[in-house]
Amino acid sequence: MSRNKYYRITPLRVINLAVALSAVLVVVGFVSLCMGPANIHVKQVLMLFSDSGSIDQTTWMILFKIRLPRILLAGMVGFSLSIGGVVFQALLRNPLAEPFILGVSSGSAVGAIAGIFLGLSIDLGVPFLSFMGALFTIFLVMGIGRRQGGLESSTLLLTGVIVNAFFTAIIMFFISTTSDTRLHSILFWLYGDLSQSRYSQLSISFPIIIVVSAIVYVFSRHLNLLVGGEDSALQMGVDVELVKWLLFLGISLITGIAISFSGIIGFVGLIVPHLMRMFIGPDHRLLIPASALGGASFMIAADTLARTIISPSELPVGVVTAFLGAPFFIYLLKQRGSRWVQN
Amino acid sequence: MGPELKLNNVSFKYGQDWCIQDLGFELRKGEIIGVIGPNGSGKSTLLKIIDGVLRAQKGDVLLGGKSLYGFKRSEIARHIAMVPQESVFSFPFSAFDVVLMGRFPYSGHFPFEKTEDIRIAQESMELTSTIDLAMRSIHELSGGEKQRVLIARALTQRAKIILLDEPTSFLDIRHKLEIFEIISSLTHSMGLIIVSHDISLAAQFCHRVILLNKGKIYKTGTPSEVVTAENIGEVYQCPVLVDENPVSNTPRITILSRKSNGKKESL
Repeated sequence: MSRNKYYRITPLRVINLAVALSAVLVVVGFVSLCMGPANIHVKQVLMLFSDSGSIDQTTWMILFKIRLPRILLAGMVGFSLSIGGVVFQALLRNPLAEPFILGVSSGSAVGAIAGIFLGLSIDLGVPFLSFMGALFTIFLVMGIGRRQGGLESSTLLLTGVIVNAFFTAIIMFFISTTSDTRLHSILFWLYGDLSQSRYSQLSISFPIIIVVSAIVYVFSRHLNLLVGGEDSALQMGVDVELVKWLLFLGISLITGIAISFSGIIGFVGLIVPHLMRMFIGPDHRLLIPASALGGASFMIAADTLARTIISPSELPVGVVTAFLGAPFFIYLLKQRGSRWVQN
Repeated sequence: MGPELKLNNVSFKYGQDWCIQDLGFELRKGEIIGVIGPNGSGKSTLLKIIDGVLRAQKGDVLLGGKSLYGFKRSEIARHIAMVPQESVFSFPFSAFDVVLMGRFPYSGHFPFEKTEDIRIAQESMELTSTIDLAMRSIHELSGGEKQRVLIARALTQRAKIILLDEPTSFLDIRHKLEIFEIISSLTHSMGLIIVSHDISLAAQFCHRVILLNKGKIYKTGTPSEVVTAENIGEVYQCPVLVDENPVSNTPRITILSRKSNGKKESL
């Protein structure tokens, strides 16, 4: 019997997939760099990469001070939220789980707003409180919705709705009762907005996200086993409690960071992992890198749409993702009903 | 050679009341022990204590002479494998993926399987006649097929002890038999404990039977010592007739109706 008869996942396959999706990411990023209200020709952008040409100051400013940091931030946010979605879906054994639907995003937004109120550093203190908000919400949701063997869909959705309503009210209260300009607008927090991007946001958070994602990846095979139930994973040698809390901590950190910079952007963590699963299957050793890179591309594309579709004005990017994501969510719910875990 | 597994006066409670009390027995290589008893008598709890999912508050579980509680999770998984009543996967892994998961306790931190792992998974699937199902999604398999895949996964763990928690509850008679036949073909290299509601089948295939009642051993011994009309009638609170299976010469039970002596009302 030939050894290659059974499909198995090797480091080479993972690398191939990562290279292919990185190439897609670069192309999407490049296209996005060329698009916007200021008409900059592709040739001008390309010239940047050859030594020969020179471009004028304004074009340089638009490309590197406005568009590029925004593209990088969009990529980072999509990357983080998609990993968050994948890990939540595995740990809760529920395909509808996602930072936004669980209320983790709004919890983390409340943390970020509290941080801004306390006058903490936008690049360090605020993301930290945002992370604490995310972590608190995970404990809350798990506490409310805990059932044997995972969260049932109906409990999960109800919990998410309630937690979301509560935190959204807090956000509205904070923003309505203050004239603090640092709070941006209500729209920024409720629909997500990437227009405030700056390089300084990336310098600290980018390394953190890469390190945390690498740690999460080490546990990708543990996640495969956890999909079959916590007891069963334990019986096959997974230190379930340790892995679970380490991963909850990790994804709280990266989604918290993302949300403190972008506001609440919904459905990314739902759409991207499901699309990827359709193409490459449920194994987390492929699914995590695929969702991370695919999520980055998806987010950059969505934000490009948001800033060009009604140009010269802009949509909050959360409007675009919700416009695509909500129908997709309903499709998933209708297609398989609420009996997900019953297979 | 000492027993593979030994329980010493094990007691366990979830809250106030003991659900397992002063329980002790040994499992040796080559042996199949059947655990029977009514619902709530502590059968599944017992299996969870044996593989360390639940920790006994009193007594000790010895694995090859050493306390279970000194082992790491992955070490326990290399000694004991579990076949659940049913397994649910929220995402459609292939049967082969599921079987390969049994190699997890041997993998260390490198999250990819070695060629040897693939070979062992293949062998296990051949032993359970599931090799043709390898690339099918676990969601598409029938109850009996899925159960055989889960047994293959347990074999892939290369454990010396396999625990089976009512592996045949959802299966028809043909598939029940298939599972029991596979199980009894494995005894040359390991010890097995099977929890079953099917008393006659357990008596037919197990070397020893433990009858549990309210968390205690009511009776233990060979099938014909344990499966008697008195014991079963008392513990299950249900009148039964026990005679001998004419082919295997093991005890066979017939449930009696309290109302009509087991005969259908004539029209």
